[in-house]
Amino acid sequence: YAKSPINLIISPRIYSTSFNSPTPSIYNRRKGLSGSTQMAEDPIIATDNSLKKLELERSDDTVSRFLGGLNHTIRKLVFRVISSGPIPQHIAFILDGNRRFAKKWKMTEGAGHKAGFLALMSVLKYCYEIGVKYVTVYAFSLDNFNRRPDEVQYVMDLMQEKIEGFLKELSLVNKYGVRVMFIGDLKRLYEPVRVAAEKAMAATAGNTKTYLLVCVAYTSSHEIPRAVYESCEEKNGVMNENGSVNGDVNTGNGSEVVVKMVDIEKHMYMAVAPDPDILVRSSGETRLSNFLLWQTTNCLLYSPKELWPEMGFWPLVSCILEFQKNYKYLEKKKKQA
Amino acid sequence: MNLGDEMQRVFRRISKSGNIALLLLWHVLHLILSVLYIIREIFYAVESYLITNGYVKTYTNLNLDRVKYLGLVVDSDEARKTSQVIELLEWLSAIGVKKVCLYDREGVLKKSKEVFVERFGSAELPNENSKTIPLLSKKRMDFEFVSITDGKEAVAKAANLLFKKYYVDADSEKPFFTETYLTEALRTLEPDPDLLLIYGPARCLLGFPAWRIRYTEMVHMGPLKYKKYGLILKAIHRFTKVKQNFGS
Repeated sequence: YAKSPINLIISPRIYSTSFNSPTPSIYNRRKGLSGSTQMAEDPIIATDNSLKKLELERSDDTVSRFLGGLNHTIRKLVFRVISSGPIPQHIAFILDGNRRFAKKWKMTEGAGHKAGFLALMSVLKYCYEIGVKYVTVYAFSLDNFNRRPDEVQYVMDLMQEKIEGFLKELSLVNKYGVRVMFIGDLKRLYEPVRVAAEKAMAATAGNTKTYLLVCVAYTSSHEIPRAVYESCEEKNGVMNENGSVNGDVNTGNGSEVVVKMVDIEKHMYMAVAPDPDILVRSSGETRLSNFLLWQTTNCLLYSPKELWPEMGFWPLVSCILEFQKNYKYLEKKKKQA
Repeated sequence: MNLGDEMQRVFRRISKSGNIALLLLWHVLHLILSVLYIIREIFYAVESYLITNGYVKTYTNLNLDRVKYLGLVVDSDEARKTSQVIELLEWLSAIGVKKVCLYDREGVLKKSKEVFVERFGSAELPNENSKTIPLLSKKRMDFEFVSITDGKEAVAKAANLLFKKYYVDADSEKPFFTETYLTEALRTLEPDPDLLLIYGPARCLLGFPAWRIRYTEMVHMGPLKYKKYGLILKAIHRFTKVKQNFGS
């Protein structure tokens, strides 16, 4: 993983350098999905040189400058080749393996989580560069509240620190059109984290270019019953308004269907985004651990062996290649649904 | 102006031929990947042969206590070849798996229910005097047949049940539905599968009931026609070694 430490050097500049217009997918062009304006002037050639200059200017010495520039060129080339095929619209990540990473490199657990955050930033950067519109991240599960209180406190503090740091760079974020949404039972979060999260959601609510959905205090076993509850409440409200127009429920007409599947899906937390195309769980574990169970009906499940802080450019590329290999099959299954 | 237009036209031509070059590169890349997958399949075949014939000692004694309930997800098109499924089930019963949940999206396996139950489920021994029946067919297995209607649609039905139970009466107290309420309304008699073996071209759940796979390990075994006995042993062995924290 000689390239990963270099990625970590470059990644803090995520918002300032690589958020120019994402690589236009050649596949989309062929399908005629993008407007005709993109054919007139190729933005890749225009912005490439300025991006390279920006990256190089920031590096400190000759070696890291050279490696940084090389790294950047290789990335751009690989992304351009991959864009000839279908690119997923929505990728979900389970950030597994921070504590194992810390043990492996003899760091404290907190340092493992911090390394995980850096890896998250670089993976997000690559996703947006390649043109993925929705990225979902499983940051904290309701089951994780069962961990040691000091670890939970540490993760909450880390989240609060990162969200507040993010709020400071708001103008830059809004310029690149990233909308951040926090998904889950936010009432269970610690108060300062919840306040910061709500502020971040409100501040980026107007952006529509790319979406970052952070799942905190989330489990599917909470999301699905809650969606059922909300749809029952809604139907109840509608029936009360219409004065029981539909009202044969009392007469024991057992086949009356009030709540339909579309109603439940409408009330899911994740209704704001389409179903994920790929679900990536790092560290080689093969289970979903109560994440997006409802939404992964036709989703490709990918389990690379790398621990989350080791995730970077190449595992993401293999993941997208795997998706492209199975694209026709998955599309066929989606149509059958 | 003219120079600008010229430049744009040149860039457009470069990018068009660049596009074709990139597309070619993409196809070459996927060709290389297909070759690598074929090599990997050959490697798996060799490995399976070694495991099946007992050359690898680690897989000889499997601790099957952890695999209380095995799930099988089969691609519907492949499930139509009932003989392949029966062969797979015979292997599983030879390994010693007792309870199997069979899932395919369209319910093809549900339709062939009688075939499977007759083959593996009958408690009474067929002809006592015929000693040439292979031992494999005598082992009993319990089955559960699941299809897409038992997935999201079942949750919708459960939602209607809950609605009728709590919302019909305008004055009754309406509780917030938690996991327990939904589990009760879903009325699934069987537990969650511990291990799910996916037989199909891609590692995809294909609509298996979401409610039942919260902590299930999912292993992709490849297409049904290329199933291998040794790889099943390997998957089960790996499962017995997994340590789950359940979040804590």
